Amino acid sequence: MTDVITRTDPKPEQVPVVPPKGGAKDRWIRRAPLLPGLIFALIITQVPFLFTLVLSTLDWNALRPGDRSFIGIDNYVTVLSDGRLRAALLNTVLLTAGAVIFSMILGLGLAILLDRKFLGRSVVRTLLITPFLVMPIAAALLWKHAIYNPAYGLINGLFGGSTDWVSSYPKAAVIATLVWQWTPFMMLILLAGLQSQSEEVLEAARVDGANAWKIFTKMTIPHLRQYLELGALLGSIYLVNTFDAIFSITQGGPGQATTNLPYEIYLTTFRKFEYGEASAAGVIVVILTIIVATFALRVISSLFRMEESR
Amino acid sequence: MTTLSAAPKRRLLNSLWGVIAWIAGIIFVFPVIWMVLTSFKQEQDAASNPPSWVFTPTLDQYVTVFDRNIMPFLLNSLMASVFSTLLVVVLATPAAYALSLRPVAKWTDALFFFISTKMMPAVAALLPLYLLVKNLGMLDNIWTMVILYSSMNLPLAVWMMRSFLLEVPREVLEAGEVDGASTITAIRRIILPIVSPGLAATALICFIFAWNEFFLAVNLTATNAGTAPIFLVGFISSEGLFLARLCAAATLVSLPVLIAGWVAQNKLVRGLSMGAVK
Repeated sequence: MTDVITRTDPKPEQVPVVPPKGGAKDRWIRRAPLLPGLIFALIITQVPFLFTLVLSTLDWNALRPGDRSFIGIDNYVTVLSDGRLRAALLNTVLLTAGAVIFSMILGLGLAILLDRKFLGRSVVRTLLITPFLVMPIAAALLWKHAIYNPAYGLINGLFGGSTDWVSSYPKAAVIATLVWQWTPFMMLILLAGLQSQSEEVLEAARVDGANAWKIFTKMTIPHLRQYLELGALLGSIYLVNTFDAIFSITQGGPGQATTNLPYEIYLTTFRKFEYGEASAAGVIVVILTIIVATFALRVISSLFRMEESR
Repeated sequence: MTTLSAAPKRRLLNSLWGVIAWIAGIIFVFPVIWMVLTSFKQEQDAASNPPSWVFTPTLDQYVTVFDRNIMPFLLNSLMASVFSTLLVVVLATPAAYALSLRPVAKWTDALFFFISTKMMPAVAALLPLYLLVKNLGMLDNIWTMVILYSSMNLPLAVWMMRSFLLEVPREVLEAGEVDGASTITAIRRIILPIVSPGLAATALICFIFAWNEFFLAVNLTATNAGTAPIFLVGFISSEGLFLARLCAAATLVSLPVLIAGWVAQNKLVRGLSMGAVK
């Protein structure tokens, strides 16, 4: 299943290390240190997926013991024709894109601020990374109860009003919490990008009379492009699996407004006990992931070539 | 352009940016400060509207949290995080070596296989994992979590360790070979001292992710092997809402990672980007 993904390898001339030579014995000596980790990863990550494939063809609801007949692709038909999975897919895209885009914009702004020298810069950086370090489930509960709560939450406490933020703006409430946690991540990646700009080149541009805006749009942004891609890619890998925030802030509601794919499959598995359908949905998610990941890995491999050639 | 010369003007601008950066930093960290402040309040101060800024600090909430038996959960988290981190380092370091300094033939394929497992959504594996673990009688067992957290962090650690190993200067290694040092000696005398800060950073990142993990823990553990995030969730539903107490519990469970992250902050970006960004 991962074959599709692995074919994006860089060309041999970019290999930063000597290619192996010698006989079979030497090849096995080279392989030996890799094998324990590789086998471990194969067993723990691939076997469950194969098992999912099998389960997805069974008519198995755990509430009806004994009844596990083979029904072929019926679960896929059920899942794909039921609007819930499509709604969950759309929510996943909206929540992920919303969180990635806003945390990226904020992260870029903060990275630009931190790229300057000022008093207490390292303290400010420490302050800014702190939200990322708070346990995600604790952060979600904190935002839900201490910040969004209509009666004694911080927003209504500071600005008045009695808006129930979570039920009035469920998606925005989830996204805001995620953005708060993930902005530091984007900031750190973009800050590393900013600091890898050559100071001499920037100075030369200044001497040549380029103004700050011009330097930013013509030099900094193109230089940052790969870092922006990397941030978006890694942020998406993590955020597409968002579960904690939805589990504790909205429980997927109101209605289905914030039910993303992980939460939908969780509900199908452990609330409805439709094991067959949950597996079919899981397989569909894996196929979607492979499609997206094939593109993603191309980005990653180009990034690594860039880093290694530096 | 202006009468001010460039240098003082830029210095003025920089201090203005500094003020803005400080304000942004304080806004960002404010929910955390609020969480810590609230954890030292009595419940009636915590639930007041408008928010109370002046209050008599109390440790009552922390005492309650310990009375509700948070310790076993913290110990479970500690076990799952520490043992999975050890297992990851033991598996990832040799693997990274075989993918960098003395590479196997298809090292790129192996490297991308590792990262592709990271992209697979955990939710697609949840049911088979649950059934397998249940059939093995390993539900609600901390060693199950150790294994799963290891596989969750392994790709990250392999990529990260590889990026540190590639920093070992080729000339030093070759000089060692000329001097007749065996592979083992080379690893012990040359490679390990150079990569040990990287090893520590890798371990810290793995620890952070394992400590904070919720999805697998909530579905595969209960009372015996429940980790700190599970305590937090169970605490809410059994207690109804007590904001100050929630904040005390949230502060306690977040503290280890806050400290680890602050300590490792210079290496944080490299770990989070799997070694892509230095």
